[in-house]
Amino acid sequence: MTEGEPKAQGPRRPEMRVRPTAPIVPPSNVSGNALMLVIAIMAFLACLTFGAVSMVRATAASWQSQISREVTIQIKPDDALDMEQALKDARDLALTFAGTRDGTIVDRAATARLLEPWLGEGLNLDELPVPRLVIVTIDEQNPPDFAAMRQALAGKIPQAFLDDHRTWVDRLVAMARTTALIGTGVLVLVFSAMVLTVVFATRGALSGNRHIVEVLHFVGAEAGFVASEFQKHFLKISLKGSFAGGFLAALCFAVAGFWQGRSIATPESDQATALFGTFSMGLTGYLGIAATMVVIALLTTLTARFTVMRTIYEIDLIRSDPSRTDQLPDS
Amino acid sequence: MGPEILRDLTFDIPHRSFQFLTGPSGAGKTTLLRLLFLSLQPTRGIIRTFDREISAIPRDELPMLRRRIGIVFQDFRLLDHLTTYENVALPLRVRGKDEASYRADVLELLKWVGLGERINVLPPVLSGGEKQRAAIARALIDRPELLLADEPTGNVDPPMARRLLSLFLELNRLGTAVVIATHDLSLMDQVEARRMILSDGRLDIYD
Repeated sequence: MTEGEPKAQGPRRPEMRVRPTAPIVPPSNVSGNALMLVIAIMAFLACLTFGAVSMVRATAASWQSQISREVTIQIKPDDALDMEQALKDARDLALTFAGTRDGTIVDRAATARLLEPWLGEGLNLDELPVPRLVIVTIDEQNPPDFAAMRQALAGKIPQAFLDDHRTWVDRLVAMARTTALIGTGVLVLVFSAMVLTVVFATRGALSGNRHIVEVLHFVGAEAGFVASEFQKHFLKISLKGSFAGGFLAALCFAVAGFWQGRSIATPESDQATALFGTFSMGLTGYLGIAATMVVIALLTTLTARFTVMRTIYEIDLIRSDPSRTDQLPDS
Repeated sequence: MGPEILRDLTFDIPHRSFQFLTGPSGAGKTTLLRLLFLSLQPTRGIIRTFDREISAIPRDELPMLRRRIGIVFQDFRLLDHLTTYENVALPLRVRGKDEASYRADVLELLKWVGLGERINVLPPVLSGGEKQRAAIARALIDRPELLLADEPTGNVDPPMARRLLSLFLELNRLGTAVVIATHDLSLMDQVEARRMILSDGRLDIYD
């Protein structure tokens, strides 16, 4: 601060030195700190919502693509039917259709495993009339003609039934779309709240600095100069706040992803993965955080500029509207 | 709209002139100074400043005109987060001047007004008189063409008042027109200068 300040009265005092020039807008005060905190909180919430909504949208999209990637041929047992042969025939028949990629017969062991939770271990499939399955992978972009496949199967193997999961796919598509729509709605709401909060908090923080604007204006500063001083100050505040908020949101995703990675194959983790997807910040996530920071910085800076310009306009308005002279400080 | 504070005033402030503006409290001295400072516009009538009619001056030209006027507010209007030195240097700083180019001038002026030892002190720590001297130094630092001072010696002792008055006179000698609004008769008695006396909204001038 001050070097060489005289400590004792005496004939030879060291020359006083001027401290490094302070910024015209005070670097830190209560309202500035409060604004930074508000920006950090809103940036955190916005980034968190952005990440969560992106994740849910991706998961919803994967639900529908995973289900629609496969169709199942179910063959019911019949005394007159050679099941193993029927399974092969059904698979071969299905693969003759354009748009199919691969056919897998769910073998006896796999079928027993599928039924194990209900019928217990050591199940003898010969003793029970258990239907058998052929899973056919299809080209999602160019799906086969399911009606023709169904007809051909019914002609060759009457006990066969083709399930293209259409009902499930339709429901899941509707659910996925609804989820994505709700997510987008929440994102819009959170961003709207962020915009309003940042704008009003900035204006609030500026209102405590009106006297600075007034003095600068009266000592001959041009409006653009005053606005740029405040813009610089509020840009710093907004970048600090939004970086803190964005960093915390990214950290939350990293911690959640770490937990998911550590607890893989546990019921809790599987449930969370099935419902929400994988907690990971991809490039889109980081870009989203960066975009949120840019939006907040722009909002804060522009609000500061417009508010300062408006304050100066109001000060000049006192000049041109005598009925407002009562706003002048008494002297 | 409230009652008229000033009416039917006709006067001019010649170049390089020195005058006192006086009158009872509430006579409108501060209002008149504000009108001259372009921070108020008359309800009716015409004020010309630097050969421009003030109600016709575009807003963006006001800062440039204000730079030609130095004003000492009665309530000082110092910025509390800036030191005495920084407050006094503020008019030069907002004009975009390099600090090295004005540092010596600011320090010299601060010494002249008796604040040479207080350059790094913030206004909340200054006494009323010190604040007043800092406000005066800020108004003088860029050698304005017109200096308006509202009760500039209201908070200082008589010796300092005399010293400040000599500072105003020196500035006037260098070419600045000076208007000092004051109640202080003893101050006015020290100088043979024009007296503008406001009372009941009217102005009487004694050359």
